[in-house]
Amino acid sequence: MDTPPKAIAGVSTFLDDRLGAGSFLKRNLRKMFPDHWSFLLGEIALYSFVVLLLTGTFLTFWFKPSMGHVMYEGSYEPLKGIMMSEAYASALNISFDVRGGLLIRQIHHWAALLFVAGMMVHMLRVFFTGAYRKPRELNWLIGIGLLTLALFEGLTGYSLPDDLLSGAGLRITQGVILSIPLIGTYIQFFLFGGEYPGEDIISRFFTLHILLIPGILLALITAHMILMWVQKHTQMPGKGRTEKNVVGAPFYPAFMAKAGAYFLFTFGVLALLGTFAQINPIWLFGPYTPADISAGSQPDWYMGFLEGSLRLMVPWEINLFGTSGGTIPLSVLIPALVPLGIIMTGLALYPFLEQWVTGDRREHHIADRPRNNPHRTSIGFAAITFYGILWLLGANDEISANFHIGLYETTMFGRVAIFVGPVIAYFVTYRICLGLQRKDAEIVSHGVESGVIKRMPNGEYIEVHTPPADDILAHLRGKKEIPIIEGGADREGIPPKGARSLIGRLRAKMSRAYGTDRIPLEEGHGEEHVAVGAGERKEVH
Amino acid sequence: MTENTIDQPEDRVPKRVIGTPPPTEAILKDERAHEPEALPGVQYQDPVSARKAEKAVALLFAIAFLAGIGFIASYVIFQVGTIEKTSTSNFALGGTLTLALLALAAGITTWVRKIMPKYSMIQERHPMVSDSDTREYVKETFLAGANESGFVKHKLLRRTLLLAAAPLGLAPLVLLKDLGPLPGNKLRHTVWGEATKNGKPRRLITEGTGQPIRAADFNSPGGILSVVPEGYEHDLNALAKATLILLKFRPEELKSGTNLNWTHDGIVAYSKICTHVGCPAALYEQTTHHILCPCHQSTFDASDGAKVVFGPAARPLPQLPIGIDEEGFLVAKADFNVPVGPSFWERGDAEHEAREKAEKA
Repeated sequence: MDTPPKAIAGVSTFLDDRLGAGSFLKRNLRKMFPDHWSFLLGEIALYSFVVLLLTGTFLTFWFKPSMGHVMYEGSYEPLKGIMMSEAYASALNISFDVRGGLLIRQIHHWAALLFVAGMMVHMLRVFFTGAYRKPRELNWLIGIGLLTLALFEGLTGYSLPDDLLSGAGLRITQGVILSIPLIGTYIQFFLFGGEYPGEDIISRFFTLHILLIPGILLALITAHMILMWVQKHTQMPGKGRTEKNVVGAPFYPAFMAKAGAYFLFTFGVLALLGTFAQINPIWLFGPYTPADISAGSQPDWYMGFLEGSLRLMVPWEINLFGTSGGTIPLSVLIPALVPLGIIMTGLALYPFLEQWVTGDRREHHIADRPRNNPHRTSIGFAAITFYGILWLLGANDEISANFHIGLYETTMFGRVAIFVGPVIAYFVTYRICLGLQRKDAEIVSHGVESGVIKRMPNGEYIEVHTPPADDILAHLRGKKEIPIIEGGADREGIPPKGARSLIGRLRAKMSRAYGTDRIPLEEGHGEEHVAVGAGERKEVH
Repeated sequence: MTENTIDQPEDRVPKRVIGTPPPTEAILKDERAHEPEALPGVQYQDPVSARKAEKAVALLFAIAFLAGIGFIASYVIFQVGTIEKTSTSNFALGGTLTLALLALAAGITTWVRKIMPKYSMIQERHPMVSDSDTREYVKETFLAGANESGFVKHKLLRRTLLLAAAPLGLAPLVLLKDLGPLPGNKLRHTVWGEATKNGKPRRLITEGTGQPIRAADFNSPGGILSVVPEGYEHDLNALAKATLILLKFRPEELKSGTNLNWTHDGIVAYSKICTHVGCPAALYEQTTHHILCPCHQSTFDASDGAKVVFGPAARPLPQLPIGIDEEGFLVAKADFNVPVGPSFWERGDAEHEAREKAEKA
């Protein structure tokens, strides 16, 4: 093809005349996107969100967000004639009386699970590779905002069908809101329009779930994409890759096509799950009543860590003013707010704390390999362990029932593990990182095993090492030193100005610990191998 | 062409070769003659394997087409209305949709990987910071504009503008006031304390059947009965606070925590609403007399005033004073003497207060 087809040329000219789109496309058609499997994780979340919008819109056409009482007259026999809320009746109606309704409802639910999961693994990738560093701190903060909003979006959506299981989640939400000191009771009455459960909460959650939160999500996702586009994607260290370039495939045509296919894959897998993996069979639970509950009630997975922390907590409660009020139910307040607070605040502050400790104000466009910043990686794994224990213990009744372990033993285990586990994880991860660094250093200085056994003139057998392939070597050599702030005393024994205070000394100490490279890469001894090949006697490692 | 060479560095010594090496030049010299001139970093695929891939991609697209047709056909053919029909429709629609999406995705991916060139193109990256001239210009323009506007010079303007904005900023919050009534003391009472229409004490009603409970007939050693207040059997707001569990004990089983004056013939009524976050504490273990809330596993000893024996709940389940009316049905003698359900700021140590009151009386 030598000239563009008439149709495309015509439209392009029309648009360029009016928008000047040409100069935008000139800059962006061949925008490079570096390739690495881990860069695809965030896309899973993005495409799940698109699927959520599509399927969610479909569901709103039939769902009635009302708590008015109706008698069920749909086609699900076991519930016929039973009084229930209009919301639950319409959710049943979508499942049994709308063609494709059950499928779309199940895809919607699976997509919600995958949305949060995709965001979380994407966030872990960004954390462990240091891709949140300057200039990307703002996008990191937007991402944390997205994750927090997604949890609320999930919570509000989970409550809408108004079945017995969703009501249990709502009840816990209400109990948690009540526990907020001073204003908890008022927030609860305002949110629910009076006493729990009232008649307003479903329609209010509906508005939050389909308009307010997704609107903000959409705006933030757009901002997230624009910033990524403007700042260009980070790349893994490798041959020809520097802080000043991007090596990869161009947006048009390769990345575009790949992204399109990836969306279809995500959608396809969600459709597969929605078809064959039953999720949230609301018809089995029956309508909500605050008087009943089914044993083994479990929230969606992303709420599991809050459920676990509520289960682990010890029964603390204080009354500040004795009999006249000031009740602080620590057994609710602490588990509901503290773990979430630690995780979210810690994530938000990390880029800035790291900058403060290392004094590193440079731009970073080459991603770190997790092993090359062992303290960061260890902190990350300590956090994962903290979250993971809470999450696991959110299902301690299932664990207890399926593995025949005493229920209370699982709780007692969790109460200890939540403090000990992260510490162990920290040290184990640290050792693993150093071990992997040592392996890298060995490859750089001694090469890789070639699989060729050579007999030496003295009868000794050795395995010949060859230098690693260029791209592998470049990948390994991508290790960058972590700056350390100046904290040591000068020749006259006087520390620099900033390091004299208590905080200054602590900062200098942390900076040394964080930045010290314990396994520096050494220069290779490539010539040795050539020499061996030529028949000379020389010690080979 | 067989693969004789394996991936290895150029300067590897000695070279490893498997089988017979191929001729170093292409046998058909003009094999690659028709390829367009490649840009740097663009490496075209081998045309033979690209042609093979083309067939595979076309096949995948054809499958996607057929599955898409199948989806539309399934919508028309399979109706819903019963559980079996819904299930069939779900599998047909979902299966065809899945196949169409996955086949299309696999086709495009194969296209990109086997037919499009391999790319390793380089784009320059520039620091995000704008150059100092630009910054200086923006700074000057900002200052000029600020001075032109008079915002800096006219203090009165600035202050009255802020003044004007303040109430408008508060207005949305004020508007939200009618979202709900104020709590008042609603959380302190349940419908058990309200008078019935005929002035008689309120009966305990079995949840589900809606029948009142004759004390003489109630015998559930080992089980618990879920009980709702007469007249409020379907009022969710009332049930969220007033639902009870009813148990019968042998006299020697009851310990000091349980108020015997509030029992009738070994029958005890506790609030079913967990004092942790309000789930119904619905599980009962007969041998230990333990009531367990399935949400967070708060465990209460039913034989000892439902005091907490394990889990996050900090307070016992409140006990309801019960008795019988003239017809022998179980009734509530009074409301709970403490607020039921989860704790809240205004609650205070209501148990202590209740004990003091009882001692005085």
